Amino acid sequence: MANITISTEAKTRNWHKTGKQLVPFAYLSPTILLLTVLSLIPIAIVFYYSLMDNVIITRDTPAFVGISNYVDLITDSVFHQALGHTLYLTIISVIAHLILGLSFAMLLNTELISPGMRALFRVVYILPWVFTASIIAILWRLMLNPNGIINFMLISVGLASEQIEWLSSRQLALPAVTFINIWSGYPFYMVSLLAGLQGIPKDLYDAGTIDGANRRQLFQYITLPQLKPIIISLAMLDFIWTMHQFTLIWMTTGGGPIRATEVLSTFTYKLAFSSYKFSMASANAFIILALSIIVALFYVRNQRATDE
Amino acid sequence: MNNLMTKSTQNVMMKALVIVALLIGALFAGFPVLWMLSSSLKSNTEIFAYPPRLISESFSFDAYRAVLTNPEQLRFFFNSYLVSILVTIFTLIVGILGGYSFSRYKFKFKSHLNVIIIGVQAVPPITLMIPYFGLIVALKLYNTYWALILTYMVFTLPYAIIMMTGYFNTLPRDLDEAVLIDGGTSFVALWRVLVPISLPGIVSVGVYTFMLAWNEFLFALTLTKTNDMRTVPVGIQLLMGQHSYEWNQMMAMSVLGSLPVLILFLVFQRYFIAGMSAGSVKG
Repeated sequence: MANITISTEAKTRNWHKTGKQLVPFAYLSPTILLLTVLSLIPIAIVFYYSLMDNVIITRDTPAFVGISNYVDLITDSVFHQALGHTLYLTIISVIAHLILGLSFAMLLNTELISPGMRALFRVVYILPWVFTASIIAILWRLMLNPNGIINFMLISVGLASEQIEWLSSRQLALPAVTFINIWSGYPFYMVSLLAGLQGIPKDLYDAGTIDGANRRQLFQYITLPQLKPIIISLAMLDFIWTMHQFTLIWMTTGGGPIRATEVLSTFTYKLAFSSYKFSMASANAFIILALSIIVALFYVRNQRATDE
Repeated sequence: MNNLMTKSTQNVMMKALVIVALLIGALFAGFPVLWMLSSSLKSNTEIFAYPPRLISESFSFDAYRAVLTNPEQLRFFFNSYLVSILVTIFTLIVGILGGYSFSRYKFKFKSHLNVIIIGVQAVPPITLMIPYFGLIVALKLYNTYWALILTYMVFTLPYAIIMMTGYFNTLPRDLDEAVLIDGGTSFVALWRVLVPISLPGIVSVGVYTFMLAWNEFLFALTLTKTNDMRTVPVGIQLLMGQHSYEWNQMMAMSVLGSLPVLILFLVFQRYFIAGMSAGSVKG
């Protein structure tokens, strides 16, 4: 009898325990459901698509073709171009964002001007961040128009002798789009680095000054090392985001002229929705995912290292 | 004495240099925005007038009137507001629940789930787009608000959960334990005690979420079909095709389309910057 009571008690306790263990999952259930249906399953589907001969719009049942889509892509010259342009856009943007973001953050952090002025400048400097990519694209199309204000200014100061076709020239389109991306993306760095700068203890600079360090040395031996973890995080996040950039390119040049600004994302979109080669597009999309994951793994490792 | 003089001249020089640099930077950042505003107040024929002027002779609010009296374009704004507000509300609710779970419980697969949530942020939108197209059609959500709301949440939720977990971690556990001792449930502890004191964190997540939803373009373009379902970013692109470059109207729509985010940003600047930089550094 006693035995039975104990075992029921144990059972209830066990039940309670399992019940309790379910509570955190109950709280997370909407998240788990959403991310499974709209993230994990789609990734599985896109991988499956990439191994078939054609999907979605096809008369016959799709047949398994293994990695042949990947082989076709990797040997395709358009893919090489798109990869090259993506890397050009991404690497130059990340470097320029970092330089601009850090310079502006340091300018805004100076104590040479009043706090009110600093706040005013800060709002102006953050402005590009407020605008969405499709608005930024249209604004710069207006400004970079051959008859637009940029050409007028360049000609006025003698930097250009004729109207330049920024976005429809094969040589200039990619640098122009990269410039637009730089303009739109630096405030994110600036804001984070400004917070980082304000977090550096003043004592460090005082100690450095007492030891006779000049401004450049203070920057090199105190500011930069202190900001290093933030800089690495920002650069990796930006690398991933810029690699994904679609809207800005789609709405300024659409990948043209003649593929001069084709990047992996616009190439994927065209494969899918202009050529209806959904399998090839899926293979391409999966390659972008793989590249992103590689960078993300570095990011996570870096985060762990800073946390410890 | 001589030394002091050079020091102070040096300081003046330095200050002048900084101010010049600040002004150049402000021109770089602000001039395009000024030009957008200026162009929205011109007539379309004066957009490329030579020489260009900041305030033209045709100064008027006609372009704004044209946008605001066009039912099709007003619909873009309605759609954007509706989708963004609903995404923000749902993201906050689901994100708060998720963050609470991560902050207060130990459970199986916790670290795996955490890695997945962080990892989802690195998934390229373009990778999801192809399967979504089929999936959203299969779920009968194509060309509906739900298609946009649910897909946007995939991108807003991970950030919300990570930020809310971090915020809840800074709050002492005694707070919710007091509720449990009084016989309340963890659910009550969360909504009655933790949420009210987490408002700064919630505001920063909310603003970020709204901004992401308001600005989204790729899925708004692919998952909707009819003009009455289009949002502002896609609507601006449509305007470009339809009206053979009504630049002044496009700029007016750009100004109007940027106002909500600009206002949110100016009002919540402090929370926003704090949240954003914390997210980028610790996310």
